[in-house]
Order: sequence, then C-alpha cells, then structure tokens
Amino acid sequence: MIEWVIAVFLAIGVFFNLLASAGILRFPDVYTRIHAATKCTTFGTIFIVLATVTYAIYSYFWVERDPSWITIGIHSALVVIFLVLTNPVGAHAIGRAARKSGILPHGAVIDELEGRL
Amino acid sequence: MGFIPVFIWSFVLWLVLTAGSKGMLWSPEELVAGVVFSGIIAFTTKDVIGEKASRFLNPAKWVGFVVYSIGPLFWSMVRANLDVAYRVITGRIKPGIVRVPVDLENDAQYTILSNSITLTPGTLTIDARPEEKALYVHWINVTEKEPANSEVIAGSFEKWARRLGR
Repeated sequence: MIEWVIAVFLAIGVFFNLLASAGILRFPDVYTRIHAATKCTTFGTIFIVLATVTYAIYSYFWVERDPSWITIGIHSALVVIFLVLTNPVGAHAIGRAARKSGILPHGAVIDELEGRL
Repeated sequence: MGFIPVFIWSFVLWLVLTAGSKGMLWSPEELVAGVVFSGIIAFTTKDVIGEKASRFLNPAKWVGFVVYSIGPLFWSMVRANLDVAYRVITGRIKPGIVRVPVDLENDAQYTILSNSITLTPGTLTIDARPEEKALYVHWINVTEKEPANSEVIAGSFEKWARRLGR
C-alpha cells in the first residue's frame, strides 16, 4: 500500500523533472526555457521530497521508533520550503539579466521592455 | 530594531533543524546552544532584515501563508505544470513581455506576487518596478497585450499578496 503511494509520488516527480529537461531542449529562446526549467523542476522536486517524507513518517510510526526518521522527514520538508522560496528568484534574476544584455524574446508579439531596461 | 524578528526566526529554524535528538523533542544543551547562536546571528544581521520585519511574527499571517501555499499556490502550480507539459509536447507558443499594472504598497508584497507569478501558468516575472507600480512579465501565450490589471495574469494572487505582505 505505502509502496504504491511512494511510487506514485516518485513517478510524478521524475516525470516533471524529465519534462523540464525536454522543455529546455525544445523551447526556442532563453525565456521560454526558464519557464520550463523553474516551474517543472520546482514542482517535480516537491513530489520527490513528498515521497521521502511519506517514507520517513511510515518508517517512524510503523517500522521502528527511531527519531532519525523524524530528522530525515523534517530536513527534506525544509528543502522544499527553501527551494520554493529561492527558485523563482533565481529565474527572475536570470531573465532580467538576459533582457538587460539585449536578448530579445523569440517571436514576441509584444515587448514592453524594449528600450526601457 | 531588527534584533527580535531575526532572533525568533533563527531560533525557530534551529529548533526545526535539531528536532528529534531526545525522543521527538530537544535536549537542554541544544536549546542553550540555539539561544547563543541565534543571538549571534541576530546581532550580526539585525540591520539587514529591514525596519518592519516584525510584522511577520503575527501568527495569523503564518496561517495565511500556509493556507495560501497549500491552497491557491499549489493548485496553480499543478495547472502551470500541465500547461508547460502541453506546450512542450505541442510546441504551441506565442510569447511576449507585457506590462502588468499592480496596486501594492511595499516590497514584501511585490516579492510575494512576483514569486507567485513565476510559479504559475505561463508567466515569468522579468522586472518589478515599485516606483511605477508595474510588473513586467514574460507571458508564454499572450492573450491580452495590455492588461488593465493582474487578474488575467495572476488570478486572485494580487489580493493574497496585498493581504499577506501588509
């Protein structure tokens, strides 16, 4: 039962991380690649960590009462918080730096930042 | 003035990181060491964190953050990823950088809103300009070239950001 839950979480996580890599290869310019890279890796990693946390909780309450399981669970959950807080900021910084150094968005229908950065 | 919020944040983080050493709780030595280290960190970074950081110590705001991140933010991340999956597979994009006027007062609200926009369907914040009350957003599928407000980009996030960062 619990193996299935963990397997589903891992499958979702790995699928979206794979999608991020496919997006980096398939999209035409830096901004759309940042789209794929940030959203999908954040989301996929959340699910991979969720699998870890599920496993840790299960092991603590049903396998053996070892507090190190709790430690593993809490530390993995913290990774998610820090990732969600920092990943969009990194994307923003890369996007802004790219636009500032004059890279135009590929096939843009509108570019309000033209000449303003 | 920033000493107390930094101290509390670093002590809470210390408690979270060291949980589980004595049963599920903390040993007394750990608590003392936590107070000492949090004190050092709070003293060294009290000028970095900003004047009004203590408003985030309000527990009602923490509840708001938890509700926001589990509810609307997570749900729109799900939609964002399905959207990216669709666009990766079909390759159907129509990108552009649009200017989104927003009505926010302080930097924390801008941070919350632009991070949420980056994680939600099809949008990526490129530049935030508090002085002209606008965000510049790279939109992967432009449907409206000059949006009048952030409704079409971010849904209800502007309301959430205004409430949470107040």
